[in-house]
Amino acid sequence: MAVNSFTTGPDDKGHFGIYGGRYVSETLMPLVKNVEKEYRTAMKDPSFLAELDELNRVFIGRPNPLYHAERLSDHLGGAKIYFKREELNHTGAHKINHAIGQVLLAKRMGKTRVIAETGAGQHGVATATVAARFGLECTVFMGAVDIERQKPNVFRMKLLGAEVQPVTSGSATLKDAMNEALRDWVTNVDDTFYIIGTVAGPHPYPMMVRDFQSIIGRETKQQILELEGRLPDTLVACVGGGSNALGLFYPFLDDRDVAAIAVEAAGHGVGTDQHAASIAGGKPGVLHGNRTYLLQDADGQITEAHSISAGLDYPGIGPEHVWLHEQERVSYVSATDDEALEAFQTCCRLEGIIPALESSHALAHILKIAPDLPKDHIIVMNMSGRGDKDIFTVADALGVEL
Amino acid sequence: MSRLQSTFENLRAEGRAAFVTFVTAGDPDQKTAQDLLNGLPAAGADIIELGMPFTDPSADGPAIDKAAQRALASGASMDRTLELVAAFRKDGHETPIVLMGYFNPIYAYGIDRFVTDAEAAGVDGLIVVDLPPEEDEELRLPANAHGIDLIRLATPTSDDTRLETIVNGASGFIYYVAVAGVTGGKSATADDIGAAVKRIKAHTDLPVAVGFGIKTPEQAKAVAHVADGAVVGSAIVSMIENGLDAIGKPEAGLVKKILGFVNALASGVHAAQK
Repeated sequence: MAVNSFTTGPDDKGHFGIYGGRYVSETLMPLVKNVEKEYRTAMKDPSFLAELDELNRVFIGRPNPLYHAERLSDHLGGAKIYFKREELNHTGAHKINHAIGQVLLAKRMGKTRVIAETGAGQHGVATATVAARFGLECTVFMGAVDIERQKPNVFRMKLLGAEVQPVTSGSATLKDAMNEALRDWVTNVDDTFYIIGTVAGPHPYPMMVRDFQSIIGRETKQQILELEGRLPDTLVACVGGGSNALGLFYPFLDDRDVAAIAVEAAGHGVGTDQHAASIAGGKPGVLHGNRTYLLQDADGQITEAHSISAGLDYPGIGPEHVWLHEQERVSYVSATDDEALEAFQTCCRLEGIIPALESSHALAHILKIAPDLPKDHIIVMNMSGRGDKDIFTVADALGVEL
Repeated sequence: MSRLQSTFENLRAEGRAAFVTFVTAGDPDQKTAQDLLNGLPAAGADIIELGMPFTDPSADGPAIDKAAQRALASGASMDRTLELVAAFRKDGHETPIVLMGYFNPIYAYGIDRFVTDAEAAGVDGLIVVDLPPEEDEELRLPANAHGIDLIRLATPTSDDTRLETIVNGASGFIYYVAVAGVTGGKSATADDIGAAVKRIKAHTDLPVAVGFGIKTPEQAKAVAHVADGAVVGSAIVSMIENGLDAIGKPEAGLVKKILGFVNALASGVHAAQK
């Protein structure tokens, strides 16, 4: 079915087509519905919006620049490449955008404690940061495997006063951290707000996180018009759960001449059982509060994702992405661990920017497509995070001992 | 009349509550699970909840989570869960069986195929913890058409408005989750439970069974005084965990030992005259 607009979703029960929804235990239902009610009220409250704007400016450091990656563009010899510099935000990634929004909502709802799940640690750091800023108690659930590969972020969260709760169940990565956060939430419904780190979970989270992240695309639109006098031809972003991709794409969805490409983590290859590409290798299912594409076996058991990038290492994807995929508005492609590593190094050397391994997946796709595009083809890539946190993983992958 | 209905009616006539047990299908292996299941009626179980293993049981505590992982590691699947039920019926048991778990394995199996096969195997009801009333129609209607009840849950967070939503379309019984939390956690007081059951009953004529945090025969008895059923799960499932050797094989006599505990719980419930 053709749609008139790509920005009318979700419906009032949180569905994007058949995806999304609210698949949580009955204990959580009243709370989740209340989050939606409070969110809708807050977004119409000028004082809430003014506080959000001010914090975006003075605490996060927005707007961040749209930057012409000149040497990279020259090197590839094709398209003109811009980076949206989300990695320059306070805490070093786009995650702070939705953490600020959600913590303001938590405060408004009178909650005294926030919890979060984290993979790479970026969302955990962002949550710990806003919790410290507003004096809320904070517990971050993190898979034991991820704690091992993201030690700097673990220490940062602790410095910020958060308790980091290691999760050893299942594959001890992001999905298991989310299970544990849900278990905590259902046990502490009265005082706790769950700050979800991506455009997934029960309604209203996919919508709410998207809305808070859309500042990326709104700024980009204004900046590219100032710099180039026109909209870009192509947007590129990495996608795990999909918050940075949707944040960049959303304000452009009804500009149909602007192509949008989301890059999933192909791990060792989407043909292997070691990847995190839910669109390429998953099928519809229900997990963590929403219906979406999931990596699963024939019996509906969730399979373990793999990516060199902890932030993309999740066997699902936000429901709105699945809808945009089925509507063919956004193209979903993938990049392997090796391709991301290559792009990571290329960016360091040519642009003086150490990109997050997550963002390196987006860059890897640009390395593939840019050389064949004309020089007046404008690509905007979301540099969603900085890669300082990843240097140990990269050193390990390159066989370098630090 | 369905098996669930007649069970509750017979118990009501006897003036006592239902003792509801929970075990996980395929835990720790298919044969042990079958022996345990087949032994539950004689040990005093009035209704059996059989857990459908899922990799990501985010509403369960560690005991039932580990049980699911053990079952999956030993090859559990939806087919084998239904085989357990079919073999239980073939063994001549009429005790109602309620499959309990998460939606994804049912969805992956195919809803129409699932309700058809579940009915054929002899399943009486379903509890799907991540399928609230707002989302359950796609399973509830086909299940009901195959004579299977979709059991709705009420919780301490359910206010009167919410209870109306919960009872509207409910059948079989209402499962009252006695504490806000995961399975196997804190326990509510019998007074709190009694008050909650009374409040639910103002909205429905369905029986109300209570679970979460009931671990001992004494607690089961106290709950049986104020509700139509008492559910014990994690305490039983933990005995399996504690009864495995270093390589995960059940120790000799484990099934008998668990059935002994079930019998003690059942005696507690059955001693509680209402």
